[in-house]
Amino acid sequence: MIATNYAQLFRFALPEVIVVVAALIALASDLLFLRTSSPRLRFTIAAIIGSLGCAGAILRLLQSPEQANLLNGMLLANPLTHLVQVALLALTIFTLLISVGSTFTEHIGEFVLLILIATAGMMFLVASQNLLVIFISLELLSLSLYILTAFDKSRAQSSEAALKYFLFGGMSAAFLLFGFSLLYGFSNSISLPAIADAVRAAYASNPHLNPLLAIAIVTTAIGFGFKVAAFPFHFWAPDVYQGAPAPSAAFIASASKVASFFIFFQVIVIGFAGAEGSARWLHFVPGSVAVLAIVAVFSMMLGNLVAIVQSHVRRLLAYSAIAHAGYMLLALVSHTQQSLAALLYYVVTYALATLGAFGVVAIVEQRTGGDRLSDFDGLSRRSPILSACMFVFLLSLAGIPPLAGFFGKFYLFVSVLDSGPGLLWLIVLAIAMSAVSLYYYLQVLKRIYVANPAAEVANGSSQAATIRTPFLSQAGIILLAAGIVILGCAPHLLLGCIHAAIRASGI
Amino acid sequence: MLAWTIYISFLGALLLLLLPKGSAALARILALLTAIVTFAITLVSFLQHRTGEMLTVTDVSWVPSLGIRYHLAADGISLVLLLLTGIIAVTGILFSWNIEHRAKEFFAFYLLLIGAVYGVFLSYDLFLLFVFYEIVIIPKYFLIAIWGSTRREYGAMKLVLYSFVGSAMVLIGLIAAYVVAGAKSMALGDLAGYPFPAHFQMWAFPLVFVGFAILAGLWPFHTWAPTGHVAAPTAASMLLAGVVMKLGAYGCLRVAMTLFPLGLAPWGFHVLGLGSWRDVFALLAVIGIVYGALVALVQKDFKFVIGYSSVSHMGFILLGLMTLNQIGLSGAVVQMFSHGILAGLLFAVVGRMVYDRTHTRDLATLGPMNLNKAIPFAAITFVVAGMASMGLPGFSGFVAELMIVIGVWHAFPILTVFVGLGLVAGVAYIWRAMQKAFFAEAGHEAIPPHPPLPPISIPERLGAVILISASVAVGLYPQLLLNIIIPALNSPLFAGLHQGGWR
Repeated sequence: MIATNYAQLFRFALPEVIVVVAALIALASDLLFLRTSSPRLRFTIAAIIGSLGCAGAILRLLQSPEQANLLNGMLLANPLTHLVQVALLALTIFTLLISVGSTFTEHIGEFVLLILIATAGMMFLVASQNLLVIFISLELLSLSLYILTAFDKSRAQSSEAALKYFLFGGMSAAFLLFGFSLLYGFSNSISLPAIADAVRAAYASNPHLNPLLAIAIVTTAIGFGFKVAAFPFHFWAPDVYQGAPAPSAAFIASASKVASFFIFFQVIVIGFAGAEGSARWLHFVPGSVAVLAIVAVFSMMLGNLVAIVQSHVRRLLAYSAIAHAGYMLLALVSHTQQSLAALLYYVVTYALATLGAFGVVAIVEQRTGGDRLSDFDGLSRRSPILSACMFVFLLSLAGIPPLAGFFGKFYLFVSVLDSGPGLLWLIVLAIAMSAVSLYYYLQVLKRIYVANPAAEVANGSSQAATIRTPFLSQAGIILLAAGIVILGCAPHLLLGCIHAAIRASGI
Repeated sequence: MLAWTIYISFLGALLLLLLPKGSAALARILALLTAIVTFAITLVSFLQHRTGEMLTVTDVSWVPSLGIRYHLAADGISLVLLLLTGIIAVTGILFSWNIEHRAKEFFAFYLLLIGAVYGVFLSYDLFLLFVFYEIVIIPKYFLIAIWGSTRREYGAMKLVLYSFVGSAMVLIGLIAAYVVAGAKSMALGDLAGYPFPAHFQMWAFPLVFVGFAILAGLWPFHTWAPTGHVAAPTAASMLLAGVVMKLGAYGCLRVAMTLFPLGLAPWGFHVLGLGSWRDVFALLAVIGIVYGALVALVQKDFKFVIGYSSVSHMGFILLGLMTLNQIGLSGAVVQMFSHGILAGLLFAVVGRMVYDRTHTRDLATLGPMNLNKAIPFAAITFVVAGMASMGLPGFSGFVAELMIVIGVWHAFPILTVFVGLGLVAGVAYIWRAMQKAFFAEAGHEAIPPHPPLPPISIPERLGAVILISASVAVGLYPQLLLNIIIPALNSPLFAGLHQGGWR
């Protein structure tokens, strides 16, 4: 029995504690003092409390540079986990900001509480190398997200999406747990490095892939593939993106993606080290990398090709998310230190762009009543600033320089190719597919800039035609757009931090 | 100082967006001033340039961990094209003086495009070059889709997808080259000096070359060009044909041929009589010349004539590049300049002077309007531009095409016959268009257009004069360009090409 130092544990879990306390304060103040106030005011105050909590946690993370590995990998603290946690907290703050103008619910304190609880779950998720802690924090995250999806009680779509999300999620959690249990049986340990040792030992005695391990790889891939919405576990994504309230969808599409991808990389690269197999052209060897390469290829193709025919912006973003998951899985396929840096850069900038795009969609929906492409007609005449931001978000997703999305793609592809020449075929496919993606992003931008505003709006006075947005939301969206432009023009700002953190953490 | 061409253009675009609504006149003037300043900068640098040197403009570290630098530099070839960009930028604004609909956005997109084009020609780091190359794509789309005419959304999307597919091919090649060379530097000089294995160059060269050549209108990937040009508003067609297509040709020479010179070497076997990528692309270029000219000969739409003539003339450039001898290569660069000026002028006549007044481009309808009486200035300009474009001595087109033909004679004697055929067809389609549009048969009872066409405005006259004088200057004294092009072609940057097959 290891003597547990709870004071130490508390010290390293302090950021998470701050977030949870902020969540409780937000809930209590909303329920106790603000019941009778207007929803706008309640949302503003709850969002400010939540953001302050996140900001406090960020400060705490930045101030504690020390490294720790508590209880054999149950809770890690190193520059890399801190970096990812800071990114998650920043994304949460932006999510809270863009949710300020929402009108879909009366239960504002509960909404903010759930977002912050989910954030705490993600923070534990990325800071662990222990299968059980990973699973529990993943469930904490998922359960919060199911409720967030169902939060719009006035729309049947929202509940339907949540039910689908919940059913698929429950099934994939079962697969994941099954995979974890096999890993435990295989290695007699729930710590990732110990599992890796067992995998290596198994390979040393028998050069072929152990069948037990093969099943574990596939079921783990199913569990995480569901979280990152990769083919063929993507079925929930379009419905959830469309049905969930916009801030929830934004949160699911951004922060939860960052956390899931990071831990997916950790599990595959640390836990299955030695069982990679190979995805090289004509040299396919079964293993985790081979499975992921197949998933990546189909995600890229399905996501991009199906997105072309979408007529709703949210569904379009959902399919584009599947495609982007495909690109990001390439980093797992190449599994080098450099590709981890590329993955982090990509997923963070992708999350910023998606979050911003959902922010704009949320505002447009409130004014025009829907997210059909035609609801965006002539947006540039009605709100030039929002349109310019949407322009930045979508082109960043499409990978047009000098926006962050382009550098993310470039660096990702370089890192994949650098890991071995046999992966060129994946790069060729990815670049070809990203050429396809420009088509559907431009379809949205065409509506915004080229099409004329709908007739009834054009007939109204110009004052009525312009779209007003709450100050905090607009500020959040503009900050996101500025962040994408700055990170695109000066990628080193983020990349330098990532490289330094990876070096310092020695992964 | 040259770097300011980029910054000033982008700044101008930003300022335009901040202007209050409905200030079209102010937007025009601001855009014109921006363009004139950038043009002045390029002109001064052009005149000050000492031959043969690679003039570094800016060189700072950009992404240190990847060895990517913000490195701008110019040599003789890029200066020629920068000057062309400056001229087209100014005249393009002069020819879009009549834009009233969302004017400030129009000029903002226009300046964004111009700034990015300057950026491509100035980039020495290939990552940077690619960044600017892709920035060009987006404003093109909106310029055509918002302010265009015939089938504008189709034309714009087609153009964008072709460009983007081309740049995707380039990106694959660049990433592969970067990684093979050790992923330490993206500078053109470093990569050009790296001895890539021959088998790598054999697939990377055609990939990157075709990627750029799509934008240069290489047959059979040219189909975006006529539809895009026709759909675009006048200034955008001028930019597209005048400058943007040159980006492709410039990329072919600067990136594809410089990085992978061995890709031009013989395969060692023959397929259908073709023994190397060089033969393949030379043949495609000649097909482009003849095909473009013949298709232009049968068009009913005035602007399509010019659109296909661009395909034909761009064929000359690509053919000149494939000759791999000094006269052919320098002829190709002169042709880039010459075609930029002349295509700009032709599109200005057709799009601005004729179409914006008559609202038709149908040659059969234009004939009875008796345009040589109604707008004589347009008729004269078109005659001059047409003569220059068909290669009359004294104009830039003659010098360029003569040099290319001599180069081809040395490199591919048989193809010269077909080039001659293309030249003859070139005379024919210009003649036919001129005759049908401006000097229709006297047998018709001349119907004066009703209401009378507005006269040619001052900005239009000014623009036409600038473009014609540029063409004449180069035609009468080609050394103006050749003095700086030839030393640039002999610089160490092209050493690989010299060793690979320079005759």
